[in-house]
Amino acid sequence: MAMDAHDVAVTKPIPLRHPWRWAGGALLIGLAAAFVQLLVFNANMQWGVVGAYLFDGEILAGLGRTLLLTALAMIIGLAVGMLLAVMRLSDNPVFQAASWAWIWFFRGVPPLVQLIFWYNLALLIPRIGIGIPFGRAFVSWDTNVLITPFSAAILGLSLTESAYAAEMIRAGIKAISTGQSEAAASLGMSRIQALRRIILPQALRILIPPIGNDTISMLKFTSLVSVLALPDLLYSAQMIYSRTYQTIPLLIVVTIWYLVLSTALTFMEHYIEHAMAVGRTAPARLVPRTSWWRLARA
Amino acid sequence: MTQPRPTGKTVPLLRIVGLRKSFGPVEVLRDVSLVVETGQVTCIVGPSGSGKSTLLRCLNRLEVPDGGAIYLDGLLVGVTEKNGRLYEMSPKALATQRQAMGMVFQGFHLFPHMTALENIIEAPITVKKQPREEAIRSARELLRKVGLTEKADAYPQQLSGGQQQRVAIARSLAMQPKLMLFDEPTSALDPELVGEVLAVMKQLAQEGTTMVVVTHEMSFARDVANQVVFMDGGVIVESGPPAEVLSHPRHARTRTFLARVVS
Ligand SMILES: Nc1ncnc2c1ncn2[C@@H]1O[C@H](COP(=O)(O)OP(=O)(O)OP(=O)(O)O)[C@@H](O)[C@H]1O
Ligand SMILES: [Mg+2]
Repeated sequence: MAMDAHDVAVTKPIPLRHPWRWAGGALLIGLAAAFVQLLVFNANMQWGVVGAYLFDGEILAGLGRTLLLTALAMIIGLAVGMLLAVMRLSDNPVFQAASWAWIWFFRGVPPLVQLIFWYNLALLIPRIGIGIPFGRAFVSWDTNVLITPFSAAILGLSLTESAYAAEMIRAGIKAISTGQSEAAASLGMSRIQALRRIILPQALRILIPPIGNDTISMLKFTSLVSVLALPDLLYSAQMIYSRTYQTIPLLIVVTIWYLVLSTALTFMEHYIEHAMAVGRTAPARLVPRTSWWRLARA
Repeated sequence: MTQPRPTGKTVPLLRIVGLRKSFGPVEVLRDVSLVVETGQVTCIVGPSGSGKSTLLRCLNRLEVPDGGAIYLDGLLVGVTEKNGRLYEMSPKALATQRQAMGMVFQGFHLFPHMTALENIIEAPITVKKQPREEAIRSARELLRKVGLTEKADAYPQQLSGGQQQRVAIARSLAMQPKLMLFDEPTSALDPELVGEVLAVMKQLAQEGTTMVVVTHEMSFARDVANQVVFMDGGVIVESGPPAEVLSHPRHARTRTFLARVVS
């Protein structure tokens, strides 16, 4: 006997079974358990040593330098990048070409090569001065005094970041509709006034997520400076384990700190994005999240 | 003698002479001439693509014309004449001229990161260097005028289309322009919101604001305009009082257009 339409409508259907979801889930849980066992009960991990070094003075000093490098490289990189983006979008062909060449160069040279190059700048230019090209210099300094591992690191990291930030900011500016510039112009605002008051504030709001991304990547890539013997988080740990041979536990200390910092940065980015978005987001096209680190990894 | 000024005792507020503009091979404006007297409302009507927006955008030089001249208050717009030759104006001088022409866009183009009040006080403060207190006082007065006193602190996306357009009108008025340009100010609005914007424009007209309005609202043109201009194919086909152009058009093209719009 067939049920009529009315009966079917009131009968609660039996939910569809998903046996493969269960099987896949069980498999993953098993693997995760094995991994935790490996981490926790493997004597080579030496959790006691990890705990002892997690807040060690030398490690914390390295952590501080990593944070300082990240902050300075991002601030300088974004400031220069903004200037490059505006130059690239200007009507002046010399500005456009200069900006293009800068971006081409600093995107093309690997950051590691740059770090070493900047550190050895004295071999190329023994003295750095301010004066007239081909004429005499008014003031000059010994390059070996100016270039320390720290300044070489800041140069290498921030200049590379500037090239990627420039492309990102340019995309952000172009994502703001021309209607906004036209509205500003029709009110008698100059191009600079429109850029500063109308376009950039909106572009920066769109750019918070990609800037956050770049900051997290920068945090990790500051570890390249160990090549200059600059005691950042990683190099501080390396110096310790070269004395004590506790390689794995110290690398775990480093790993924990990088994870803590990148997680904190992620939360910060979400917080800022939220705080700035309330009631004021611009209708804008999506900006590609360019990240030079992602390209470097590819 | 530099600029040829009309010799009569009054100079028309706006005089367009032989204006031409092409986009690539396409001639969008072909020898357009038009006079707008102070305190008058001019409505420009015509089919899509006839060059209405382009004409309006040439007036405040959002589009650079290829030929012809525009005089605002007897002075050339966007160019200066010296020894019989025309020179492009500096961006600064152009910006100063633009202050005298308010423009209201079809898509509002309010600044989304600013409240209604901030939108209105922005240009008076940054451009005219008006003291903030004074700018806020006049902005509140303008908000009252467009019926949005209680929306001063709302962001554009919290406002309806009609409210946004009224804020945009107030924003333009805050610069105390001599001339207001409207490019289809109600075309992006839901039908039930058109009335509130037209009411504000009607009030401005009654107060003697000089306005050039591109519109498809024939009843507004009929009731408010002193002059109606019908454009087609980049030329002004005919112009005159609304009673003539809208009720007794002389040209077949005008009749065809009106028959289509009214039905
Ligand atoms: N920036 C531009 N580049 C190329 N062509 C353009 C540009 N702006 C306008 N045009 C062309 O010029 C012609 C006139 O355009 P315009 O926007 O002035 O017409 P309109 O009368 O305002 O029409 P509508 O009623 O649809 O707004 C159209 O054919 C359009 O495609
Ligand atoms: Mg148009």
